[in-house]
Amino acid sequence: MSKRDVAVIGVGYTSFNSLTPEVNWKELMFEAAQKAYQDAGIDPRKDVDSFITCAEDFWEGFSIFDEFTPDQLGAVLRPMHTVTGDGLLGLANAYMQIKTGLFDIVVVEAHSKISELLTYEDVVQLAFDPIYEAPLSGDVHPYYVAGLEMRAYLEATGTTEEQCAAVVVQHKRAAFFNPVAEFEAQLEIDDVMGSGYAFDPLKRLEIAPRADGSIVFVLAGGEIARRLRGCPVYLEGIGWSSESPWIAARSPYAEYAQRAAQRAYEMAGIQNPRREIDLAEVDDQFAFKALQHLEALGLARPGEAGPRMREGAFGPEGEMAVNRSGGSLGCGHLLEASGLARALEIVLQLRGEAGTRQIKDARVGVAQSWRGVPHGTGAVAVFSRRD
Amino acid sequence: MDLSKRRKDVAIVGAGMTLFSRRLLETGKEMSFEAAKMALDQAGLSLHDIDAVIVGSAPDAFDGVHKKGEWLLDGAGGVHKPYMRVFTGGGTAVFAPIAGWWHVASGLFERVLVICEEKMSSCQPHAQSAFAHIWDPILDRPLKPNLVWIFSMEMQRYMHKYNVRYEDIALVAVKNKRNAVGHPCAQLADPDITLEDVLNSEPMALPVRRLDISPPSDGASAVVLVSEDVAYDLVDEPVWIAGVGWCIDSTMWTNRDLAFPKFVAKAAKMAYEMAGIKNPKEEIDLAEPYDPFDYKELQHLEALGLAEPGEAAILTREGKTQRDGELPVCPSGGLLGVGNPIAATLGIKVGELFWQLSGQAGPRQVPGDPAVGVAQAWGDLMQFSSVIVLRRHS
Repeated sequence: MSKRDVAVIGVGYTSFNSLTPEVNWKELMFEAAQKAYQDAGIDPRKDVDSFITCAEDFWEGFSIFDEFTPDQLGAVLRPMHTVTGDGLLGLANAYMQIKTGLFDIVVVEAHSKISELLTYEDVVQLAFDPIYEAPLSGDVHPYYVAGLEMRAYLEATGTTEEQCAAVVVQHKRAAFFNPVAEFEAQLEIDDVMGSGYAFDPLKRLEIAPRADGSIVFVLAGGEIARRLRGCPVYLEGIGWSSESPWIAARSPYAEYAQRAAQRAYEMAGIQNPRREIDLAEVDDQFAFKALQHLEALGLARPGEAGPRMREGAFGPEGEMAVNRSGGSLGCGHLLEASGLARALEIVLQLRGEAGTRQIKDARVGVAQSWRGVPHGTGAVAVFSRRD
Repeated sequence: MDLSKRRKDVAIVGAGMTLFSRRLLETGKEMSFEAAKMALDQAGLSLHDIDAVIVGSAPDAFDGVHKKGEWLLDGAGGVHKPYMRVFTGGGTAVFAPIAGWWHVASGLFERVLVICEEKMSSCQPHAQSAFAHIWDPILDRPLKPNLVWIFSMEMQRYMHKYNVRYEDIALVAVKNKRNAVGHPCAQLADPDITLEDVLNSEPMALPVRRLDISPPSDGASAVVLVSEDVAYDLVDEPVWIAGVGWCIDSTMWTNRDLAFPKFVAKAAKMAYEMAGIKNPKEEIDLAEPYDPFDYKELQHLEALGLAEPGEAAILTREGKTQRDGELPVCPSGGLLGVGNPIAATLGIKVGELFWQLSGQAGPRQVPGDPAVGVAQAWGDLMQFSSVIVLRRHS
């Protein structure tokens, strides 16, 4: 692999809100992009070699959403394309483009304007195999799959429902310290347990609410990043992997995240993730997913994440900081932008720009994403500060 | 961006392509499998050898499946592998292999499989209905535009600005449908088609007539890309990806020059710069420009720098773009002859160049031992283009 390293030279983001009637999706993207370009100190029309948006047609309500991406990012008559995937998959493409040695600065955007989608569950339903799986759902909300997967995870690892509830308590409390998060709350485990089964054993409060927002990352070759920023945050490794698309063939251990982490750690030279990683942002669209993902990332042994979460090992006073942003439970699920939201927190923490939730001496952080029900695709990115 | 820098070279070592037609019995997954298997077999590889999979498919609306890439995953061989779908509308056919290129050129992967699949027949009553949702909801949709009307406007503008005759444009359809006769996957090959047949075909939105348009179709295509470190272990004479380029124009198509696609010219410039091509007219031996409509082949040839604006029609009339002409254009039979399953036209564009440059095109082989070819696709709202230059070294 080429020796050139890749760094983050700019980030821009909007607030994450459940409703944004005052702006359309182009304006959301524009706001995040403008902030990112300012942060990086670049002119998109001259300095950027390639632009990437992460979007899925059905979320957007278009047949070819790629059409509607260039103007608000300053990408007119420039190389630009869509990745139909999560923001971390967008970062992966940017990383590879820079690694070829030909592209110096690459921009990645991901967003959610989910408040405009009035039939969310019907669209999710369309993601099932139309012949074998979709007919099984009937009128049932497609999140029943999350209930089944949670059950499988609890059975396989001995994790308890209370331990899953502890995730909600911790992440929603963390959100109090994140100015762009909207779903902060002071809850106890009993509040979560008592919120009622949405998809047995998944409780209502264990499901991340949806939010609108846009995030833009500017990446550059290391030599350029050092010139522009002095001590940038580096993207040290990135991996992505998919399990079978069939819901019946899924393992209870989030193998997609295991494999993605394996690749990312290998690239980043991480041999002992528990010892070498200071903070993690994992996907928590459903509370149990945070535990499952922590285990898949090697930050806890199978069955261990739940008890450790309950003890506060991942909290503000704990041994490893997890989802100090509030995660999707605290910030809202941002669809294809959720992975970038996780990565954003890592970058802000490593830069020392995380305000009242700043972790001391953080040097290495990992961000992880999952594409949601009913899929088994995810990505893992490792970032570091080298000064 | 310095495109002349040394980077890891990437070669194509296998290609596969299914029959293009209405294929009601197969799912998109199955067609993906079929094309992938052919490409892997030709490269002498199995799925185990593949480090990553890149998939291309145009709108999810054709199948009505949300996150279509995830759905195609197992048919495309992506289980437990890094799997990536990229999407640039109609430009995906040539863009997915560009994404494959950077997977390998980055040094992250040695051997990758690129698969493009499209199944338009599931969209009822016609694939055209999926295109009702590609327009700006405020400015365009109330006008209830239809793609054929838009292309009729574009074609009118092109004819008017460069004084091009309809009869010369229609010759493109005749040429490509005849070229497709040698293609085993072709849907609309016709050895006997004449200019009169095109001129007398049903008017769709004048000047566009039925035979000016490529047909919707179902099918899949695949290519195997490998790095310079392993290419010679697999084949004696790899075909190299010498240059890639892509470019998107503004969403506001009403503000665009409809006669000359500047975004194609910019994508071509990027690819030529990377390939070290200074004079495309002299250095390029054959071309596979995107030809969903006959006039598009001409426009694209001009933007690719293979003809002056307005000149491509003259080259066509003079027979220079025939398979045995000075610059063979769409020797595959193109979308007009082989069919237009949007993303799957990878096999007609990049696949054909690979077969031509490696001397495997059979009855379609262009004479003269071609060494350099250019393939191009076009997509989104008449705004995106992807370009690949392939080269054989010896």
